[in-house]
Amino acid sequence: MKATSDPFVRREMLAPAAPPITEAGAVKWMRENLFSSPLNVILTVLGIGAVVYLVSHIAPWMLRGVWNAGSLSECRQIIEARYGEGVTGACWALIRERWPQYLFGFYPSELYWRPVLAFVLMLVAIAPVLFDALPRKMLWFALVYPALGFWLLWGGSVWVPVMALAGFGVGYVAAKVVQPLAGTILASIAAVLAPVLWWLFAAGPVAAALESLIPIALQEVRSREFGGFILAFTIGFTGIAFSLPLGVLLALGRQSDMFIVNKLSVGFIEFIRGVPLITLLFTASLLLNYFLPPGTDFDIILRVIIMVVLFAAAYIAEVVRGGLAALPRGQYEAADALGLDYFKAQRLIIMPQALKISIPGIVSTFIGLFKDTTLVVFVGLLDPLKGITDAVRASTDWKGVYWEPYIFVGAIFFIICFSMSRYSMYLENKLKTDHR
Amino acid sequence: MSEAIAREIARSHMQVSDEIAIQITQMNKWYGTFHVLRDINMTVNRGERIVICGPSGSGKSTLIRCINRLEEHQQGQIIVDGTELTSDLKNIDKVRSEVGMVFQHFNLFPHLTILENLTLAPIWVRKTPKKEADEVAMHYLGKVKIPEQAHKYPGQLSGGQQQRVAIARSLCMKPRIMLFDEPTSALDPEMIKEVLDTMIELAEEGMTMLCVTHEMGFAQAVANRVIFMDQGQIVEQNEPKEFFNNPQSDRTKLFLSQILGH
Repeated sequence: MKATSDPFVRREMLAPAAPPITEAGAVKWMRENLFSSPLNVILTVLGIGAVVYLVSHIAPWMLRGVWNAGSLSECRQIIEARYGEGVTGACWALIRERWPQYLFGFYPSELYWRPVLAFVLMLVAIAPVLFDALPRKMLWFALVYPALGFWLLWGGSVWVPVMALAGFGVGYVAAKVVQPLAGTILASIAAVLAPVLWWLFAAGPVAAALESLIPIALQEVRSREFGGFILAFTIGFTGIAFSLPLGVLLALGRQSDMFIVNKLSVGFIEFIRGVPLITLLFTASLLLNYFLPPGTDFDIILRVIIMVVLFAAAYIAEVVRGGLAALPRGQYEAADALGLDYFKAQRLIIMPQALKISIPGIVSTFIGLFKDTTLVVFVGLLDPLKGITDAVRASTDWKGVYWEPYIFVGAIFFIICFSMSRYSMYLENKLKTDHR
Repeated sequence: MSEAIAREIARSHMQVSDEIAIQITQMNKWYGTFHVLRDINMTVNRGERIVICGPSGSGKSTLIRCINRLEEHQQGQIIVDGTELTSDLKNIDKVRSEVGMVFQHFNLFPHLTILENLTLAPIWVRKTPKKEADEVAMHYLGKVKIPEQAHKYPGQLSGGQQQRVAIARSLCMKPRIMLFDEPTSALDPEMIKEVLDTMIELAEEGMTMLCVTHEMGFAQAVANRVIFMDQGQIVEQNEPKEFFNNPQSDRTKLFLSQILGH
């Protein structure tokens, strides 16, 4: 026992040594992750078995698929000729033939270049928002894009979207004029009120006047002709673009000390979240007409977009509120102590951190929103999943086809939603600053 | 003791002017029904270094947080640099940009680099051009002896380094008064010294400082007044030598015996 209490002084520090061979490589990984315990061995075997079973049943059917055929019966003939009597396979030819319809719905075919151009420009517009390595000047294009995209898709006079954009200029000018006269708070009110008045009363007549002076117009396309993926994209991306800022405002409203602002925000959020989206869509398509003056032609897609935006914004508000609640009070105090006012503190200190925390929740909401665009079928719009597929299956050539269109539409939705999810992980990783 | 003597000499050179920096008269504050600050009267001259101590819950943090209105007082008057703190937001922002504050938990902005932490307020509040703000920031980072960390994030720094960054961040606003709210309480013992050294340096340059701390060595080295608080009121104040060697109230004696006892 004496040995343990012997005085000891280390003269040389030990150098780090390599780990034993069983602690590295594929053997270690498999032992730890696949066969660490009897239960894990059973689960591994069952899991692999399930995957093999599913793939062995689905893959051959998909691989036997036919890409070149004019109808379902032709498909079946080709497969039976190739693989023998009674063998089934996928009839991908349907997608090949009805591809434009899935993309554009009943959009006039000679105008297909417009949605295509709008789509390409949309990619250009969102690129600088998603990746900050791109020049910041491109953000100006992102700001102008909603008006440009609107014009390309719906056509009509160019002055309508231009005057809509001009509303923001009106707000800016109003704020600049009021600020020195009446202070920041009244200037903020003017910045909101002036554009709203402009859009309600001035934008229409001014656009009409300018159109009669300098007519620049594209052929008009009516909302009922939209369908398929341009409909899903239009509703989905507009919804995403507008629901985030509205959601942030609602979250701030819910945190506000101002009684009325607070209660209005809470009421709005709780009401919208407490009602199924379909209810809101029905309200948009049917009820709204009762409240509007007779003869008003309030575009159906616009109505749906407004409802989708409100719906997603309520969810985003709650997600962002979670992010705000997760921030330590010290961040607010430090911002205050440095003399930053409320808006600067929110913009520079609070929101960047709260939004970072909320990224997974926000992206989940976006993914949900994008998938929910298929619900517009209930208000008579041709969504790609059911609207277009029903139209396709109503034709004699493709009567009886079942899985293929759903697999195809599902695959496209999956690609887009999965990209959003991946992007959110990339963003979280990029914004991680606590790497030690 | 030669270091202590050197400090003593240095302190005699620190100027305290007659100009009043902070004037608090008959100030009262409640949290709900709890009377947290009672009849506080206090004058701080420019260049004074004041250490506020007392048991936890005595209201010392609340008192200095009232000075830049992180907490609101309900009665009495607080005048900072000639500006009275009322609910007028303009006055509050003005006072806050003149008064620097260092927190117990540093409260650096974790999503910004050290340099961005330092330049944020000068750029957005003072409207300093970015280049100039960067230069000022690097100057103060040099002063707190960590210029090489400018492009790291707060999460990558040690506690002591973070607190020195926090001090530099306040200094970048060129404040006339600095408030310290237990700046070393969240630090490991080996990091306390580096932060105290920075604060001593600051004191020697004549900064007006109010410091809530339990570092009595610091109080003896740089303070020209120690204030002892208990139950929301000022119980005793005196110059450090008298305060530590000859405390008057029983409450002070008990407190000092507890913190200096081991």
